[in-house]
Amino acid sequence: MVEHRPLNDVIAYAILTLGVFIVAFPVYLALIASSHDAGTVIGGHMPLSPGNHTLENYYRAVFVGGSRTSREPVGHMLTNSFISAAGIAVGKIFISILSAYAVVYFRFPFRKTAFWIIFVTLMLPVEVRIYPTYKVVSDLHMLDTYAGLILPLIASATGTLLFRQFFMTIPDELLEASRIDGAGPFRFFWDTLLPLSVTTIAALFVIQFIYGWNQYLWPLLITTQDSMQTIVIGIKKMLTTTDELAEWQLAMATAVLAMLPPVAVVVFMQRLFVRGLVETEK
Amino acid sequence: MEKSAVFNSKLLPYALLVPQLVITFVFFYWPASQALWQSFLREDAFGLSSEFIGFENYEALFAQPEYYKAMLTTVVFSTLVAVLSLAIALLFATQADKNLKAAQVYKTFMIWPYAVAPAVAGVLWIFMFQPSLGTLAQPLRFMGFDWNPLLNGNHAMALVVMAAVWKQISYNFLFFLAGLQSIPKSVIEAGAIDGAGPMRRFWTIVFPLLSPTTFFLLVVNVVYVFFDTFGIIDAVTGGGPAGNTTTLVYKVYADGRLGGDLGGSAAQSVVLMIIVVALTAVQFRYVERKVQY
Repeated sequence: MVEHRPLNDVIAYAILTLGVFIVAFPVYLALIASSHDAGTVIGGHMPLSPGNHTLENYYRAVFVGGSRTSREPVGHMLTNSFISAAGIAVGKIFISILSAYAVVYFRFPFRKTAFWIIFVTLMLPVEVRIYPTYKVVSDLHMLDTYAGLILPLIASATGTLLFRQFFMTIPDELLEASRIDGAGPFRFFWDTLLPLSVTTIAALFVIQFIYGWNQYLWPLLITTQDSMQTIVIGIKKMLTTTDELAEWQLAMATAVLAMLPPVAVVVFMQRLFVRGLVETEK
Repeated sequence: MEKSAVFNSKLLPYALLVPQLVITFVFFYWPASQALWQSFLREDAFGLSSEFIGFENYEALFAQPEYYKAMLTTVVFSTLVAVLSLAIALLFATQADKNLKAAQVYKTFMIWPYAVAPAVAGVLWIFMFQPSLGTLAQPLRFMGFDWNPLLNGNHAMALVVMAAVWKQISYNFLFFLAGLQSIPKSVIEAGAIDGAGPMRRFWTIVFPLLSPTTFFLLVVNVVYVFFDTFGIIDAVTGGGPAGNTTTLVYKVYADGRLGGDLGGSAAQSVVLMIIVVALTAVQFRYVERKVQY
């Protein structure tokens, strides 16, 4: 038996409370700042308790925009973020489940080659090849379009590897049984494989949605019109006016709005999130 | 590993592969090979003609003092972020591991910063440490410490490191906790029976058993620092002051944005690709075989 010391428990709780405090404090401060008026925040003596300008600040951030900058209001950017994040997640799942199905359940010439062609993309994130990729997207006239925001980011092997791994764990007897029942490749995929893959699909969706929502460098490069900007880009642009002039209470309201959807996904779908995180890293 | 039962269609598998292969070729292989090709060319200012110049772009790149500075910055930044975020996460994970019920609750409290975009995390941290109005900058200045990340390179680096560590703790915590929970209790009890105290048990039993997780996380963290911190750096410092927080990835972006030297920019991309491929090779060579979940 391992000894039990009450003092040990106290220390453990103290350290953990400190941990939660460190993790939560920056966000708490953003929430507080988004509830005060501009003067209180800029004055440098912002209290640590909420003020009473919350509704006004969020209303202005979402629908009106800042008064000192000519930036778009955030409402539009939220829509852009949703469309591109969902597009990236769905696109990745779509192309990768099909290719994994081909690689696992069929035998054909160049099967290994196809797998390696996809596998290599795992190594080079878009950050490494931004300008050449930018050139391609610009040549295809996809700057400032949703296709331009989404398609280059779904070219990755993560999903294919994940589905391949999962398909491998499905017993062969299932395929034999459906073949005896007269099922072809389409029926087997639709009636057997897809229902079995629901959890894997959901886990991948959660991870890729967060990945897509939080993209920064790529949207920064290929969006030139304010109307195509995502919220993560928008918040940074609010601060590019000199710091003293920036409307911090609106910037913080925007930061809170930018965090909310992905954080909600992690907190409410924790089980799927953890599963997706562990499995995509294997 | 191969399936023994398969379909034997001739064309269908190719059709299934087409969407992914097309996307991969258009947005991955084509740009990557363009970068490689361009890194050996010199284009004139109007992009009308180009000539093959061999390794001159690389020679010019490695003759730049700024390039070595960016390399050094990347090494310092990666080391600080990886070591700090691993150490802090391990401390929290070992405490949470002591009580299973509490662990579940703390997990929820600890993991959500993973979902915060790097750029947004950066903005949160500038707000706290903005010299004139930041809630945490004011006590620093009050104590007579001349805190100014906008002018002082070390302060800027400290701020970027803090924001990057803050975001990464949750990920490391999650994997450390899973690693700790998979260590059999009997091993630890055996240590306790032999008279080893908690600290001794940790360093001689738990930490060695955890080393595959630690090594895996080390590689993941380095990759994270290389690429995902772009948003933090751009939001917090924009690579400054005086290039003190310009990492290799940030330099590719910053140099390319100025336009002009396509060949040099391509050469930078190629060097980065080589570094990443080496890192990934290490990851697969050592991590794949040893990590147990």
